[in-house]
Amino acid sequence: MKQLAIVSGKGGTGKTTLCASLVALAKKKIVADCDVETPNLHLLLKQRVLSEKDFQGSKCAHIDSSKCSQCGKCLEVCRFEAIKDFEVDSLKCEGCGACQYFCPQQAIRITEVVTGKTLISETGSAIFSHARLKIGADGSGKLVTEVRKNAVSWGVETGDLEGPVIIDGSPGIGCVVIASITGCDAVLIVSEPTVSGKHDLARVLKLADHFGIEAYVCINKDDINLEMTEEIESFCLSQGIEVIGRIPFDPKVNAALKEGIPVVSFPDSEAAKAIRQIWGRVQGILMKEVSTCTPI
Amino acid sequence: MIISVLSGKGGTGKTTVAANLAYSVDGAGYVDCDVEEPNGFLFLKPEITKREKVDALVPSINQTLCEACGKCSSACQFNALAQVREKVLTFSQLCHSCGLCSLLCPVGAIQEVPREIGIIEEGCFDGHQFLQGVLNTGEPMAVPVIKQLKKTIVNNKKDVLVLDCPPGSSCSVIAGIEHSDFCVLVTEPTPFGLHDLAIAMELVNTAAIPCGVVVNKSDSGSNTVKEYCAARKVPVLMEIPFSKKYASMYSAGQLLVDQNPELKERFIALMQEMRRLADEAVSYCKW
Repeated sequence: MKQLAIVSGKGGTGKTTLCASLVALAKKKIVADCDVETPNLHLLLKQRVLSEKDFQGSKCAHIDSSKCSQCGKCLEVCRFEAIKDFEVDSLKCEGCGACQYFCPQQAIRITEVVTGKTLISETGSAIFSHARLKIGADGSGKLVTEVRKNAVSWGVETGDLEGPVIIDGSPGIGCVVIASITGCDAVLIVSEPTVSGKHDLARVLKLADHFGIEAYVCINKDDINLEMTEEIESFCLSQGIEVIGRIPFDPKVNAALKEGIPVVSFPDSEAAKAIRQIWGRVQGILMKEVSTCTPI
Repeated sequence: MIISVLSGKGGTGKTTVAANLAYSVDGAGYVDCDVEEPNGFLFLKPEITKREKVDALVPSINQTLCEACGKCSSACQFNALAQVREKVLTFSQLCHSCGLCSLLCPVGAIQEVPREIGIIEEGCFDGHQFLQGVLNTGEPMAVPVIKQLKKTIVNNKKDVLVLDCPPGSSCSVIAGIEHSDFCVLVTEPTPFGLHDLAIAMELVNTAAIPCGVVVNKSDSGSNTVKEYCAARKVPVLMEIPFSKKYASMYSAGQLLVDQNPELKERFIALMQEMRRLADEAVSYCKW
């Protein structure tokens, strides 16, 4: 199964908009929303939830006040300032267990914490793996890994190995993004012609390179600053990165968003035309990967 | 006074609000806590005068002392240590620097050594203080960089500091807004913006910090946001209209208040209103 992750570095460049449209264009596919902190893809896909499950993604200490002698050993070993007045602040505790090991009264236990839930839904034409992280929870990278695992195992279980897994990623370059792109066949970076779009693109390209993943770029709202679009294209060229498309600023994108449908549902819109071209190239990229992987 | 700017959704205008606010208010400093993708410097163009490495402490095993008893690897909750036959291997990117392994090692074979994961840069723009954290590419953990950044400002209570926080709703955002006096939630009038504004509001409520909303790229659809806020008794403090001129200024790295004294006045008024709301919240708590 081929996996393609859509990322951007900078937020709000159009990852989800593009992802929902690619999903609509693909015939056989599985889609995973790996922006588990602020997922939005479900707003553009009509879905029916098939199953949902709690996810335990971190641990947290608990102090049994009836056993605690308030000796203060836990305060000494905790590096996260997570213990105050002999109570554990669950937002600060990272579940390392140091306090548990050193409590002479054995009053402290670390236990698994539910950090979110995972869902499998069907959208009519696709299987949709998604999740929701609890507010402020630790271990969002682990939840992303679980969402991807669910997506792949659905394909394996149903024998549906033909279509790609399309991954909607999150902004940034930290643990969540690393978990979203690791092991993917390619990443598609959605950039925009702004100083921050360009700066953040450079960082996420470096990240893809760090993990040895082939990267492709498309530029959204390319006409809001054509000079910057050209700067980004020549930057990509200098890095040996292919720019596989430009999407013009199109009011239909917002109109589609407000209706909760992918913009390719307006097939004559400028954005839809551009996205169909990008999809053509993406299919080629994923096919190429297949041919290079098949032994002769 | 510390003001945190957050949004949930990325790209709604956190940096626009934070940078223009810090630039407009006399003596206000700007702190970029979005260490994965810091962008404020592109608009404020500070002169950086000081750089400081951010280190994470990670275990280093003295193999001649190590008896491969397995205590460290079985205690580590983050899989940062693994025992393979008679040797302990370390995976420092997974390490949370809790120090448990070195405390547990019966023969003192584990020493904690610093490993660079990012950098903190300090400088100034137009006489205002500027600070930013930058996570090294390939490093998964942003929180230690944010925490060190926050340590450098902890005694800086007299002035106004505007913190530009990361998107999302995870531990990084919590680390960003901690100890703030007020939170500004920046949203845009789209279903995505509203969906993620709800998440950001929940986050701020969890942290019990008073907050208000700024609607960026405001248009006819902003009423839904305003109704949502009114129902939750969260004030809408400012609306920045959608404008092609603003979009092109932003794309070129210009501040919106540049050559726009009227907008600058509105940012100053925003600051006064936040001060009033924060004071009100404090006196309410005391009472």
